[in-house]
Amino acid sequence: MAIFLTKDSKVIVQGMTGSEGQKHTKRMLASGTNIVGGVNPRKAGTTVDFDGTEVPVFGSVKDAMEKTGADVTVIFVPEKFTKDAVVEAIEAEIELAVVITEGVAVHDTASFWALAQAKGNKTRIIGPNCPGLISPGQSNAGIIPADITKPGRIGLVSKSGTLTYQMMYELRDLGFSSCVGIGGDPIIGTTHIDALKAFQDDPDTDLIVMIGEIGGDAEERAADFIKEHVTKPVVGYVAGFTAPEGKTMGHAGAIVSGSSGTAQAKKEALEAAGVKVGKTPSETARLARAALAG
Amino acid sequence: MEKGRTRVDLFEYQARDLFAKHGVPVLAGEVIDTPEAARAATERLGGKSVVKAQVKVGGRGKAGGVKLAATPDEAVARATDILGMDIKGHTVHKVMIAETAPEILEEYYVSYLLDRTNRTFLAMASVAGGMDIEEVAATTPEKLAKVPVDANEGVTIEKAREIVAQAKFPAEVAEKVAEVMVTLWKTFVAEDALLVEVNPLAKVANGDVIALDGKVSLDANAEFRQPEHEALEDKAAADPLEAAAKAKGLNYVKLDGQVGIIGNGAGLVMSTLDVVAYAGENHGGVKPANFLDIGGGASAEVMANGLEIILGDADVKSVFVNVFGGITACDAVANGIVQALALLESKGEKVEKPLVVRLDGNNAELGRQILTDANHPLVQQVDTMDGAAERAAELAAK
Repeated sequence: MAIFLTKDSKVIVQGMTGSEGQKHTKRMLASGTNIVGGVNPRKAGTTVDFDGTEVPVFGSVKDAMEKTGADVTVIFVPEKFTKDAVVEAIEAEIELAVVITEGVAVHDTASFWALAQAKGNKTRIIGPNCPGLISPGQSNAGIIPADITKPGRIGLVSKSGTLTYQMMYELRDLGFSSCVGIGGDPIIGTTHIDALKAFQDDPDTDLIVMIGEIGGDAEERAADFIKEHVTKPVVGYVAGFTAPEGKTMGHAGAIVSGSSGTAQAKKEALEAAGVKVGKTPSETARLARAALAG
Repeated sequence: MEKGRTRVDLFEYQARDLFAKHGVPVLAGEVIDTPEAARAATERLGGKSVVKAQVKVGGRGKAGGVKLAATPDEAVARATDILGMDIKGHTVHKVMIAETAPEILEEYYVSYLLDRTNRTFLAMASVAGGMDIEEVAATTPEKLAKVPVDANEGVTIEKAREIVAQAKFPAEVAEKVAEVMVTLWKTFVAEDALLVEVNPLAKVANGDVIALDGKVSLDANAEFRQPEHEALEDKAAADPLEAAAKAKGLNYVKLDGQVGIIGNGAGLVMSTLDVVAYAGENHGGVKPANFLDIGGGASAEVMANGLEIILGDADVKSVFVNVFGGITACDAVANGIVQALALLESKGEKVEKPLVVRLDGNNAELGRQILTDANHPLVQQVDTMDGAAERAAELAAK
């Protein structure tokens, strides 16, 4: 098993024919992902060759789903068209939409998120502005490098892309069930809590590593959830202890405003829920090793 | 795409202009930056005006930043007083010459904002306006109505009436306030705002409601469809290094330490700042000098641009380049560093600050070999993030 994405996942790529889409489709295929199609209404009926693998292009998400049984879409379309692409995926009721695109306007994200909810959350959204997710050895939906680590029993959820890679690297000898990059935008689809819940229910995950960063209160709410619902060991890391108030640190959501959103407050909330929190990525990795060893 | 400029906070006069554009009732006014200009502006308003300091901080009234002027001459005198004034660390560079309000009978508060926790928008309204709304929320939360707004349904007049009813506005202004809620929502959506706030929304002697002061924050990610927004950014206020970095499309924030930081990915760079600050505790308290995320690409040119900004910071004593090769291979990053140094030296810039480089991940060994072979006298390599932070802090403390 794994969460959200398994070896049985059939993946399509919206924006596959663009430069980012092509580059990453090639990488996803190389890491064993079952990519069954791309979507581009202007190129429907054609195929794209990826090192000898012919991937068909469909006119719509709905059409691709009907013809291939696709249940996951990875979205690489530019920020101007991201909302329309996600709306199309939601209308088609695909199970999982992974929105990689960076720089999506908040009003657009708020709009497609409201639509997903109005439609009864039939489509799980990950992102936007995220690296996607990987279940090593099974499938890779997004831009996470597949060769950092191997299958194992640690579940990882993170707001940050490169910290995801760093933590996968620190614990590469142990391996992961799934690694989910949820993104650092002010509004995101899948949250820490959603991933924690799925990892708690996943029989192939023994330990959960959760990476947060300054801004918002998602980590505090995750701490409350852990206290009530998570029995597996959780190890945490929060980036941005030394970030000054009022300065946005790269991610649109990463800002300390007044007393809220600080790394210290998040660390304290997580520790109060029994989560061991590292001060640095390497210390977090040591805590994870210790927790896994029991 | 330029990254890192995620939120653009506007001055009152810019907020006023946007409100006017979308039909929120406001008073006439214009912005000026010399005392003498106050005369003509006041004459255009019929001979009297309110002179209002334009600063992005609350409490300017108490600080003496808002004054009535009964004549054009008085307006010049008041503008002379206020221009250049320091209000809570903000220097006043501009004043708004505004129409004087009719007698104010009551002051209300209305706003729309992003509610991150509930992943939706929120309307807030209160009859206790005119003061700091955070204080109202803390001391008398029952006086602040908070109503979620569905992004796709928006605020119709019916929804606006619901908000106004929840906030218990007096019957005689309820409909007028509801109309303001509709036009304010239009402003919020049409301008891709993260916050639109009117405080106070005043009920004046003739029964009208008027937005007397307001705040607007815009979403910089929406600039692809908001070409006019770039002109609203306050370029004068930005730190010169931040302004230079922005011109090069870099995601840079100036901090007050001595260790220059370059990394890839917002989270990793934030983490790098922390690790350097911890290491600095053992080295005379040195701290990170900046946040700089060069993103996934990390080409030689981007690396050169980043290094140029950081080496141009007089406070910087050492530089820590912390890259985890994900999509980007470390050999490309290493080549970027070598080429960047050559590029800077060929431009006649003296590179004399030590660089500590940590490369991990994709093709790390190749990358490290490239740096070893280049054998640049200022470049040192350390294989771990903690070790490299330690070394960079040590060098900065020397």
